This record gives sequence, C-alpha cells and structure tokens, in this order.
Amino acid sequence: MLELALEVGQTAKPEAVMFWILGPLAVVAALGMLLVKKAVHSAILMAFVMIVLAIFYIAQDAAFLGIVQIVVYTGAVMMLFLFILMLVGVDSSDSLTETIRGLRPIAITAAVGFGGLMISLLGHATLGRGAVGLAQANAEGNVEGLAQLLFSTYVWPFEVVSSLLITAALGAMVLAHRRRTSTRPTQRQLSINRFRGDSLGTAAGLPGPGVYARHNAVDVPALLPDGTPAAESVNATLSARGDMLDYKKFDLSEVNTKVEEEK
Amino acid sequence: MDASNYLYISALLFTIGAVGVVVRRNAIVVFMCIELMLNAANLSFVTFSRINGDLDGQVMAFFTMVVAACEVVVGLAIIVTIYRSRRSASVDDASLLKR
Repeated sequence: MLELALEVGQTAKPEAVMFWILGPLAVVAALGMLLVKKAVHSAILMAFVMIVLAIFYIAQDAAFLGIVQIVVYTGAVMMLFLFILMLVGVDSSDSLTETIRGLRPIAITAAVGFGGLMISLLGHATLGRGAVGLAQANAEGNVEGLAQLLFSTYVWPFEVVSSLLITAALGAMVLAHRRRTSTRPTQRQLSINRFRGDSLGTAAGLPGPGVYARHNAVDVPALLPDGTPAAESVNATLSARGDMLDYKKFDLSEVNTKVEEEK
Repeated sequence: MDASNYLYISALLFTIGAVGVVVRRNAIVVFMCIELMLNAANLSFVTFSRINGDLDGQVMAFFTMVVAACEVVVGLAIIVTIYRSRRSASVDDASLLKR
C-alpha cells in the first residue's frame, strides 16, 4: 500500500496517476450500470466506461485504437443504443426485481469466484521480464504499423471481416423491414367508407380535440353541443395509453368566475 | 507503472459485464453488458500488445471492435423485431421457443 502511495505520489509517473484516478471510476461506473434502474442511465454510464477505456488505449501507445474506440463506440454504437431505447421506450423490464428466484445470489457468488480466480491467476503469472513497450513497434507510427500488419499478415481475416460487415448490414435491413399485411386504402376507398358507413355523423371529418376557449391541447376531448365529451376527437394512441385528460377540469361551471373587487 | 494493473481492471470489468448479462432483464441493458465484456477483452489485448512489444494484439482488438459493431447492428434489429411483435424488451418474456 505504501509503495502504491509512493508510486502515485511521484509526478514522474503521470500514467500511474491517470490509472488510479480513472480505473476506479471506470469500475464504479460499470457497477452503476448494473444497479441503476433506467436503461438510459445505464447507457450513459456505459459511454463513460468506453471513454475511460479509450484513454487507457491512448496511454498504452495504441493511439489509433483509442480514437476508433471513441468514434465507433461512444459515437456510433452508443447512439444506436440510444435510438433503440427511444424506439422501445420504458417498460416493466426496467425494474430491478428478481424474476427467477435465487438468481442474484448465485450470479454474485459465481462472479466473485470467477473474478477472484482471474485476478489471482494474473497475480501469479509471470513472464520473467518486464513489459517490452511499443516504442520499437511504433517507430514508424502506430497507424503505419497497424496498416502494415493488416494488409500483410492479417489480410485474409480483414477481407472476411468486411464480408461480415456487409452481411450484418443486410441482416439488419431484413430484420427491420416490415411487410404490409393489408393494402393501403386509396382516397376513393376512404371516401366511400366515410359516406357509406353506419352513420353520417363523421362525414364532415372528426371533431378536433380541446374544450374550446378553456383548453385546446390534443389530450383533452372536445365537447359536443349537449356537453358530453367526444371520445373520437382524441387520438386513439393517447386514449389507449391513458394520457387523455378529464374534460371536467375545464368545465365552465367548475371554474371560479367570481370577479375579485379592485381595491 | 506495472502494465498488469490494466489486466486486473480488464478482469474486473469482464466480471461485472457477465453479472449484468445474467441479472438484468431489459434486453438492451443485457446487450450493453455484452459490449462491456468485449471492451474488457479489448483492454487485455492492448495491454498484452504493450507487454509483448508487437502490434498483433492491437490488430486483434481492432477485429473485435468490427465484430462487436456487427453484433450490435444485428442484435438491436432483433430486439426491435421482438419488441414489435411482443411489446416488451424483457429477456424473460421471449420464451416462445420453450412452448
């Protein structure tokens, strides 16, 4: 512990300072990812962990990977996650309640076992030498070195990976494509439906929402001449979600119309 | 600084990600935990590249990133498709194959 403090205290080792500040922060953020309730918060903590990892890469002479990490992960992948979160929305699966009994203690026990095993293995493993460092390999520049490897030794995997990318893009398009199960009604068909339907009540179009002169938001039903609310004036999605407001709040008889005397 | 410190933090992040995959129910959070595990493995690759003094580890991490990007694209498309038909992103609800 004292050695650690000494190591951190030396300004000659900025990497150690960086590591002992950012490392614990990354672990705390990763733990927070498991513990926060909302998926959006998880995504933001995840983005933080990825930025910290990018800094670690750059600190370890992997400048290209560090930049790619920021561009690809915090830029593209996390944005994709946030888009999907926006599409899917919040539902009951965000809750942290345990659905399979005893799952959590088993998972934590297994994790402690696995993590302890990994860390103790790493602690016992020795190479018999220190880290070589990348000064020689990066002599011509990190990007140049990587390119030389990618287009000589790893050219075949590189090509295979490119075909994988194309397949993934195609797969996503096929999965996201939705075929219409019914034909789209034409203007003529809509018109016929309106006038040859059960009643002519909506022939002139549906009433617009809002109690006139008191409230004109889309989530308040309009009032018919006899004072009853017109349910069809509010979008079906809003009423299905239960977001329709009660029109009574805006009823004139409920509103205080007494004029206060001026002093 | 000893480079193996990075390996310890990589093991910790991998373990946290694994717990998240098992414990969380929201498919998107599960997916993010998988990403965390892949990233932890990448950190190991980069660290070993530094320890060994050659760039092969960094090339491996590069390939991992590409594969992870493919996996995210297809996985999120699957999640959206399941959500569309079942109105839920919970991994517990998608047990259609069981019956």
